[in-house]
Amino acid sequence: MTIDLFITCLNDALFPRTGEATVKLLERLGHEVRFNERQTCCGQMHFNSGYQDDALRLVRHFVETFRDAEAVVAPSGSCVGMVRDLYPRAAEWAGDEELLAEVNALTPRVFELSEFLVRYLGVEDVGAYYPHRVTYHQTCHAMRVLRVGDAPLRLLKNVRGLRLVELPAVEQCCGFGGTFSVKNPETSTAMLADKVQNVLSTKAEACTAGDNSCLMHIGGGLSRLQAGTRTVHLAEILASTEGEVFA
Amino acid sequence: MSAGGIVPQRTFQEAARATLANAQMRRNLQHATTTIREKRLRAVAELPDWEDLRIQGAAIKDHVMANLGDYLLDLEAAVKARGGHVHWARDALEAREIVAGIASSHGAREVIKVKSITTDEIELNGGLAERGIHAIETDLAELIVQLSEDLPSHILVPAIHRNRAEIRDLFRRKLGAELLTDEPKQLAEAARLYLREKFLTTKVAVSGANFAVAETGTICVVESEGNGRMCVTLPEVLVSVMGIEKVLPTWQDMAVYLQLLPRSSTAERMNPYTSFWSGVTPGDGPQEFHLILLDNGRTDVLADEVGRQTLRCIRCSACLNVCPVYERAGGHAYGSVYPGPIGAILTPQLLHLENKNANTLPWASSLCGACYDACPVKINIPEVLLYLRGKITEDRPLSAEDTLFKTAAWVMSEPHRFEGAIKLARTGQGPLVKQGAIHALPGMLGGWTDTRDLPAFPPQTFREWWRGRPAPAMRGTEGNAQASEGQPLAPQREERSI
Ligand code: SF4
Repeated sequence: MTIDLFITCLNDALFPRTGEATVKLLERLGHEVRFNERQTCCGQMHFNSGYQDDALRLVRHFVETFRDAEAVVAPSGSCVGMVRDLYPRAAEWAGDEELLAEVNALTPRVFELSEFLVRYLGVEDVGAYYPHRVTYHQTCHAMRVLRVGDAPLRLLKNVRGLRLVELPAVEQCCGFGGTFSVKNPETSTAMLADKVQNVLSTKAEACTAGDNSCLMHIGGGLSRLQAGTRTVHLAEILASTEGEVFA
Repeated sequence: MSAGGIVPQRTFQEAARATLANAQMRRNLQHATTTIREKRLRAVAELPDWEDLRIQGAAIKDHVMANLGDYLLDLEAAVKARGGHVHWARDALEAREIVAGIASSHGAREVIKVKSITTDEIELNGGLAERGIHAIETDLAELIVQLSEDLPSHILVPAIHRNRAEIRDLFRRKLGAELLTDEPKQLAEAARLYLREKFLTTKVAVSGANFAVAETGTICVVESEGNGRMCVTLPEVLVSVMGIEKVLPTWQDMAVYLQLLPRSSTAERMNPYTSFWSGVTPGDGPQEFHLILLDNGRTDVLADEVGRQTLRCIRCSACLNVCPVYERAGGHAYGSVYPGPIGAILTPQLLHLENKNANTLPWASSLCGACYDACPVKINIPEVLLYLRGKITEDRPLSAEDTLFKTAAWVMSEPHRFEGAIKLARTGQGPLVKQGAIHALPGMLGGWTDTRDLPAFPPQTFREWWRGRPAPAMRGTEGNAQASEGQPLAPQREERSI
């Protein structure tokens, strides 16, 4: 099928390898992948920080960009969570019925990568090879807003060479929360400290998740400790083969 | 003083900075919340119809909110018909005056109290003290808080931030108790001796109310220790202070909440003591009963379509116990008797979104959503948080941060502007980058890099990579995984609730 990628602003600017991996992975599965260069940002940062009028601009821009897509797939649980869960709220609170109708028509076609693979395509083995000890961090939006459930774990279990180790207190937030980590840095750091300790307790070489925003936070803490454990986006693990290593 | 009111004295960030530094408190809190979280999940899993109950719990409250005036008038009529008195209090001051007036009319210098967060909300103890009336807390945890001249830090377990050793020292000092160990049994015995005497000698008691049934004028208090029951049965005069949102139409409705509340709060199938009383019964229990119906900002909350769901709250504290922010920062950081996620939405609304410190509370959340999953009456706390953030931002004067966000939105709404901004940042970041990462940022963002590194902008964005890749015809299919076409286009989406 033809898949429209939503790479998200953070990945575009800071984690282009995640975008590349997503492209390679979906093409390897035989799909035609498109990247509409009109895309920018889902507006989550604005909406979550209280700038709802400004977010609305970005909501409209997103809807215009992807209106005709067959399926929109993004390597980010929180951005897809924004679109599916909060775009309707944004339109409602602005009292824009027309936008609400458009949003409701589009959101069923917008997917997070792992749920798209497992729930929609029915693929659990993507033919990946990644010979490392890995722990998986369940990001809040993927878990509680999108309810992706065990989709990422099913994918990871089929990666050859990969040893999956369970992360203690997996359901706890890493403390990123977008601007929360800037506005309440001390509380955010206290949450991060526990997350980092849990990651280190697994003795994993890499901590993975479906969201680079959380990984940036956890990775930022690990890097400061020079802990030697890396963070790697799920897409990069799934795209890796013996011939081409992504992460 | 154990009555803290709802007006925060500092911003959340400032208050949290102080509480986060208290390592003992954080350990106590982490231990307590972790234990109760696991217990609650087990208690909830026992009921096959938990989700239905939650839906009912939400629906009944919504129905009450839509017809609040009628049910309150029904309640008033029923209470009066059974020999009780009903008072309406617009705000905390009025409510305090009414209680003080009743106590004074009986010449009382002391009143005993059932644990009640509503009386903490109106700072009743302080108000009574000004009139020379001493309020004695009878709930064990509430007593601990009162004796240590501390503030409650949890709505159900006010002394959750204290451990046994601290309590033993306190009882030794304040009650003169001879305590050899800090065994819970010994601690409870020391409190019991002190309280028994108060129960038997005090004429006036004050309680809150968990629920009130409009059809019969019955008030309900739910508790674990039985001290509450002593208060509502032994004294001659009983005064109950109740937020107007606590009214329920019928006994049938009560059945729903008596299942939802104990499992959500203490993770028990049923709480040990549930007391009901309707007006006065000659020769049995208090012979004079007063019900105070408290507004204190609630009608404003009611008037707001999105904010209104906040009034469904049954004060079970499940949201506190699952909240990662509450677990680290502690209850005192919220500066109000309503801490945690519910406090973050209730406190600013009760203050009409006009209090600067309270208005920082909606940002005291990482929006992880655990509170919404736990809430037995399905209050969408993350949604209300976002909604309040919007309202507060809209109503305040423009700040530097606002300009930053507005510019960002302008940049992000056009791809070429966005791309230009990344290029600019890539060039500008030079001096900040060391070994591929940024270790210190200036200004507002400095809080991030105090404890975390940031990745530097890589030399190429995704879209630059995309443009540089060979045209589709040149690529061919790589790999050998089978393509599989999907099922119907709509994915199977579960209802967002657990
Ligand atoms: S908001 Fe919900 S979970 Fe929190 S105290 Fe109220 S009823 Fe309980």
